[in-house]
Amino acid sequence: MNSRPLWDWDAAWEVLPLLLEAFITVTLYVTVVSSFIAAVLGLVLAIARRSSPRPISALIGLVSNVIRMTPIVVQLLFAYYIFLDAEPLLIGVIIFGIHYATYMSEVYRAGIDAVPAGQWEAATALSMSRRRTWGAVIVPQALRATVPALGNYVISMFKDTPFLIAITVTEVVRAAQTYGGNHFTYIEAITLTGLIFLLSSYPTSLLIGRLEKRLAYTN
Amino acid sequence: MVRDTSQEEPAIRFQDVNKSFGDHVVLDQLNFTVNKGDRVTLIGPSGSGKTTILRLVMTLEELTGGYIFIDGQPLTHDLRDGRRVELKEKHRNEVRKRIGMVFQQFNLFPNMTVIENIIEAPVHVLKVPKSQAITRARELLDKVGLADKEHAHPLELSGGQQQRVAIARALAMDPEILLLDEVTSALDPEIVGEVLEVLREVARTTDITMLIVTHEMQFARDVSNRVLMFDSGSIVEEASPEVMFTQPTEQRTRDFLAAVLGD
Repeated sequence: MNSRPLWDWDAAWEVLPLLLEAFITVTLYVTVVSSFIAAVLGLVLAIARRSSPRPISALIGLVSNVIRMTPIVVQLLFAYYIFLDAEPLLIGVIIFGIHYATYMSEVYRAGIDAVPAGQWEAATALSMSRRRTWGAVIVPQALRATVPALGNYVISMFKDTPFLIAITVTEVVRAAQTYGGNHFTYIEAITLTGLIFLLSSYPTSLLIGRLEKRLAYTN
Repeated sequence: MVRDTSQEEPAIRFQDVNKSFGDHVVLDQLNFTVNKGDRVTLIGPSGSGKTTILRLVMTLEELTGGYIFIDGQPLTHDLRDGRRVELKEKHRNEVRKRIGMVFQQFNLFPNMTVIENIIEAPVHVLKVPKSQAITRARELLDKVGLADKEHAHPLELSGGQQQRVAIARALAMDPEILLLDEVTSALDPEIVGEVLEVLREVARTTDITMLIVTHEMQFARDVSNRVLMFDSGSIVEEASPEVMFTQPTEQRTRDFLAAVLGD
């Protein structure tokens, strides 16, 4: 029994392709698609909240709070058991998108609030339409301030994807566990999984930092 | 209903205008008119309601009571069948197109270049073809002495340059009425002159009606044909600049001018 080495290179090489496959087809896929949903829906929520009559904006605020104040695992399971016929991966993508949209809408909201009142006034003085004011003046300025925070939520979502295990989706951690269970060797698979996350998160955070600098108004 | 716009209609008419912020009454039953081509300067201590008047004309503030007419047309409220009714946003927007405003803080759009700032409203609001809007914008930039800055971003420019772009942006809409709200107050003293020179030129070469709030008394004297002295939301005195600045009737005006002009 003691003969088993702590680290078995053969096992590592054997599991790596399996892990990468699960990582790309599930973990990355969910991160990319859900980030897109969250970024768009979050912006829509932030604008709706700011430009709707009070009852509607209060309702949006309430629902957002409920979503943010409950664990994403609970939401995944809730949707999973309601929509039993639905593809679990699809449920995962949508729930991650909605959950993070509520966080991102707060980021957008702060960005929108940070646009000086004078910008709205200048748009009014030029008789610009509401739509054009949002699209050409407010949102572009709000976005510059929000990119780093949005990027951090993407990384945070990326690291939350293992919660998909709860609804039977085989993402990378689940793939590692399965391999470990079948071969009685967990260390290699779990270590490699951690490395895959680390090696993807770190460059992404550097990229966000560079994007932030590029978006500054003046050179 | 919308009134007939004959020659006799004043450019701006305030009728029984009230404006309060909470319990604080800023304008109290204000009545005055600005005729077409008039250059009217509003003077008075801060908090006397001068800027609020400009902001009401630009629909940046809501009237508490009364009416404002622009070239005979009600701006935000009208009297119909004996009742004061609020007019639709669409109507406001139509009337608003005749009015331009230059702000103390310039309020250029920092996400657009200088020329994009100037053509934005002509292209998207007035639906002027883009090439035509650009030609006009270049003429205006030339007029304000910034022909070489069309591709600069506002934050790369000095305060004086930004304000001159803001003037060009307002003029690009061909407004009948131009509101100037303390346009030099945020500028360093040595830069004030270049902005006022541009505005003097605009006053000389156009017949735009101007409503001006300024602390630059020499500018007010040079440009305006009427001066209104405000205090606590009411007009204290009205006169030509010559009379107002040399022999004002009211003690309140004399005190104010003595304080502003110093020595």
